[in-house]
Amino acid sequence: MQVSITVNGEQRTDEVEPRLLLAHYLREVRGLRATNIGCDSTSCGACTVIVDGLSVKSCTVLTAQADGAQVTTLEGLTGADGELHPVQAAFRAEHGLQCGFCTPGMVMAAIGVLADNPDPTDREVREGLEGNLCRCTGYHNIVRAVLTAAQAGPAAGQVPQAQEVEA
Amino acid sequence: MIPTAFDYVRARSVDEALAALTEHGEDAKLLAGGHSLLPIMKLRLAIPTVLIDIGGIPDLSYVRVEGDEVAVGAGTRLFEIERDEVVRAEVPLLSHVAGRVGDPQVRHRATLGGTVAHSDPASDVPTGLLALGGDVVVQGPAGRRSIPVTACWTGFFETDVAADEMVVEVRVPRTGSSGWGYEKFTRRENDWAIVAAAAVEGRVALANMAGTVVRAAATEEALARGASIAEAAALADQGTSPSSDMHADADYRRHLARLLTRRALETAAAA
Ligand SMILES: Cc1cc2nc3c(=O)[nH]c(=O)nc-3n(C[C@H](O)[C@H](O)[C@H](O)COP(=O)(O)OP(=O)(O)OC[C@H]3O[C@@H](n4cnc5c(N)ncnc54)[C@H](O)[C@@H]3O)c2cc1C
Ligand code: FES
Ligand code: FES
Repeated sequence: MQVSITVNGEQRTDEVEPRLLLAHYLREVRGLRATNIGCDSTSCGACTVIVDGLSVKSCTVLTAQADGAQVTTLEGLTGADGELHPVQAAFRAEHGLQCGFCTPGMVMAAIGVLADNPDPTDREVREGLEGNLCRCTGYHNIVRAVLTAAQAGPAAGQVPQAQEVEA
Repeated sequence: MIPTAFDYVRARSVDEALAALTEHGEDAKLLAGGHSLLPIMKLRLAIPTVLIDIGGIPDLSYVRVEGDEVAVGAGTRLFEIERDEVVRAEVPLLSHVAGRVGDPQVRHRATLGGTVAHSDPASDVPTGLLALGGDVVVQGPAGRRSIPVTACWTGFFETDVAADEMVVEVRVPRTGSSGWGYEKFTRRENDWAIVAAAAVEGRVALANMAGTVVRAAATEEALARGASIAEAAALADQGTSPSSDMHADADYRRHLARLLTRRALETAAAA
């Protein structure tokens, strides 16, 4: 079947099998390998991306279900000039990663948390990231990073191309 | 993990979805949020050959006050129910149980119709609905009919919804400022309930105490004849048939049902 999906501002039409998972589409068809597959069973959040403004676990979404959608992956956060998204910058500043495997999903989920709630408490950040596991268990710094990112203002809860793309 | 191959049909209306269900019969499955169906297809515990995607049907997603009820479209996502101002004001227990499902990413996808139709005995929203009362509205080739929530969940992953029908709406009575309580016992915040209890207006429903969500009938009868909360809650596990698994054995589940019922009733009474 044909799907037409805008990823990080770039629209493309591809021929895919109906059973192709969005995570595999992003990695294998679009060549965007930042999105990791950890548990492959909707538990760890490593595969989190933003679809039409909402954080979702791409290992549990069919590519077909994203037909016509706007998808943002970690690759889509950095500006053309290499400037980091406020959440990325905060993860760097606060040492919000160790091995880095969970980080792409954590960053995308954190943007989702801040989109809902631009000024969260420590507890609200922890609840908002309940669907993301860090095997290195660096949760304190991750939470600190999200709280730091919130200080950057509303941009921390937005994805860049959501503003650029017009229907 | 990759599901077996299937044909994909995108339904643009309830009529298109029903026509596709009739055409493809037993081999077809409706796909809503996909957060119960896709995991079991990836494990190849379900092998439908046709998926009918109802996730894009626009007029299935709404919240409306109609008389003394609130009507919620089957396609409404759980995060929308959690946040909706009308649901929060008119049926706060429903908003709360929607917000207790999984994690934010799951609630961004999972739908009301999907969680009702899936009929998992541990699920939060059916537990809340069973305590609230109301009806599940289904549509099939013969038109619409209402199933009282007390008759909707008939067995483990089984409902009264026929194979050629789909859930289109859920109608719940407006409980407004009535006190309510929901107690969900988990090891980690985003887990499924080991046991949960919902209480509102003297009705109590339990998750994971039988093959379906169930009402705590003995507790309700005791409350109706004026028993104290402690006396009534001590009867909460009567008539239930909890299972034992790696999370809890049956006796422990019975203990939890009594304890969580008492706490839920106390919270409801304190409002
Ligand atoms: C990681 C994870 C954690 C979760 N945690 C919880 C939890 O804590 N508590 C909880 O209650 N649930 C939990 N869930 C389940 C979640 O609520 C499910 O997504 C939901 O139960 C199913 O909704 P869905 O829209 O995704 O349905 P789908 O997966 O699309 O469908 C489920 C079933 O219902 C059928 N169906 C769907 N819509 C309709 C309809 N309108 N009419 C008739 N049949 C229909 C489908 O054919 C399928 O058989 C969790 C899920 C995941 C993945
Ligand atoms: S890989 Fe998708 S949630 Fe773990
Ligand atoms: S940094 Fe290693 S899994 Fe999170």
